[in-house]
Amino acid sequence: MSPGDVLRLGLLGIRGRRARAALSALGIAIGVATMVVVTGIPAAGQRALADRLAALGTNLLRVQPVSAGDQPTLLPAESVAMVRRIGPVEQVSAVANTHRVVRRSDLIDPEDGSGITVLAARPGLLPAAGAAMSSGSFLTAVTARFPVAILGYEAAARLGYDRLPPPGAPAARVSIGNRWFSVGGIMAPAPLAPELDQAVLVGWDTARVLLGFDGHPTVLYVRAREDTLDDVRAILPATVFPQLPGLVQVSRPSDALAAKREGARTFGALLFALAGVSLLVGAVGVANTMVLSVLERRREIGLRRALGARRSHIRAQFLAESVLLSALGGGAGAAAGIVVTAGYTAWQQWPLVIPLGPVAGGVSGALAAGVLAGVYPAVRAARLTPTEALAAV
Amino acid sequence: MTVLALENVTKAYPGGFTALDDVSLTVAAGDLIGIVGRSGSGKSTLLNIMGTLDAPTSGTVRVDGVEAGALPDRRLATLRGSRIGFVFQHFHLLDALSAADNVAIALLYTGVARRDRRPLAVAALERVGLGHRVGHRPQQLSGGEKQRVAIARALVHSPALVLADEPTGALDTATGEAVLDLLVELNRTERATIAVITHDQGIADRLPRRITLRDGRIVP
Ligand SMILES: Nc1ncnc2c1ncn2[C@@H]1O[C@H](COP(=O)(O)OP(=O)(O)OP(=O)(O)O)[C@@H](O)[C@H]1O
Ligand SMILES: [Mg+2]
Repeated sequence: MSPGDVLRLGLLGIRGRRARAALSALGIAIGVATMVVVTGIPAAGQRALADRLAALGTNLLRVQPVSAGDQPTLLPAESVAMVRRIGPVEQVSAVANTHRVVRRSDLIDPEDGSGITVLAARPGLLPAAGAAMSSGSFLTAVTARFPVAILGYEAAARLGYDRLPPPGAPAARVSIGNRWFSVGGIMAPAPLAPELDQAVLVGWDTARVLLGFDGHPTVLYVRAREDTLDDVRAILPATVFPQLPGLVQVSRPSDALAAKREGARTFGALLFALAGVSLLVGAVGVANTMVLSVLERRREIGLRRALGARRSHIRAQFLAESVLLSALGGGAGAAAGIVVTAGYTAWQQWPLVIPLGPVAGGVSGALAAGVLAGVYPAVRAARLTPTEALAAV
Repeated sequence: MTVLALENVTKAYPGGFTALDDVSLTVAAGDLIGIVGRSGSGKSTLLNIMGTLDAPTSGTVRVDGVEAGALPDRRLATLRGSRIGFVFQHFHLLDALSAADNVAIALLYTGVARRDRRPLAVAALERVGLGHRVGHRPQQLSGGEKQRVAIARALVHSPALVLADEPTGALDTATGEAVLDLLVELNRTERATIAVITHDQGIADRLPRRITLRDGRIVP
């Protein structure tokens, strides 16, 4: 008997009872589909994140004072200029909290700041913080000296400006500290500087003149050559605040994003284990179907024995049936899993990563489940003596 | 030439009932034997042992001179599949397969290449007069046609011995006659060696050799 003959024998049992075969393969299919989805979606998310990190750059350092007691720590006004003097530093910019309230109109209760901070921005903030505009343009050397505000991604939504009004329509305005500012642009989400998403930015000098801002920066964004990043990081506190370097905190935002990715990975492992459990449950379903199949087909077994089938032939037939059943379920599950993953990643606008490892793992898991589920029924089938089997009704 | 020999075969079923008691017989090539006897006299038991489907409690069974009891399952199955053909009262055809595919099962386990199985099966169906029913499923065949498919299956691999347990038992008298005619014909023209169990005295009388069983013993 050739391997092809064995496969055809296995298919024979499935063809004869399609509905039951489909139902028992469904358990396996669900297990494998879950495996593919729970690994494929995080994989695509990680790829998207990695792509984004590569685009944003991993050489950004964020410098921030930590408050000592109830008195807020104020960084010296000249700290930005000091940092610029460090050799390997390529860019430096800063924002400062003006402690002013922004409103869509001056009729709204001044206490209701909607959780939006008004920040004074130094020039060059956009490239330094890895941020970008979604519409309009950022503060220029000129607009930075006029009452022009730039809205962070979420701040814009909260203030009711999803996009800038079209030319000709009344210009967008916001009220900051009871003065009107025209909206010059809206920013895209800034993954490396999420604090900008909930902020409204105004020019540094405008803030001093119109909002009474004191000139002390609250966050510095420093870009340095990647290979010197650790050295720069080490000397930043003393450079920024020579009197109290201990009160200066330096962080690397890309690390925080990567850590979030790690968290997603451990969660994914848990889901993957759950998918494995459902695959096992599927295997039990297949085993159950196979036991039934053997019971129902005792006469066929007897006939085959009378026609010269060895015990090993009978075993092979039922094992093949079980493995085929599981393989069909595994194949269907893998296909369904890929479709779901592709749909979800397309919706999220992530790059599609076909999770080859999990697909292969899921299908081989299904095959293993088929073997496992088939062994006992197959052995039972082969143990029947020809006369017992033929006498069955 | 002896194709089958039973020597002092006894079969006691679990529980102690002795269904065959010291039976010896030989079947020569070209024989056409009727096995008769009352219900419960041990006919089916005898046929199962002749066909190596069941092993005797004591005594020996030789097929083509090979002692069946000494063979492991692997070789016994091959001997059975290549040297013996079975016809059952209830046909035992597989519903999912066409007539030709049903016949071809008898070639599957004896190492006939796949491409040769179908032509051989079709030829066997033609020999039993079913050349026009090759692609039919068992559900699409009459009882007599089903039994002829089963006979084709029993003959397709040119066995040394065909064993038939009440092949006419599930058929009406006329159809049963026709099936028996076919067996007699195959014996005469192709020198097939056949042993048939039958209840029907009329059928038995037509057969050249008769073995009568009573209470598990051959009546001399
Ligand atoms: N598996 C078995 N276990 C126990 N006793 C059995 C078994 N098979 C048959 N017998 C007994 O052995 C005796 C012979 O049975 P067998 O089937 O050979 O009779 P038979 O001549 O074929 O009868 P029938 O004409 O009714 O088919 C019967 O009394 C039967 O009850
Ligand atoms: Mg009987």
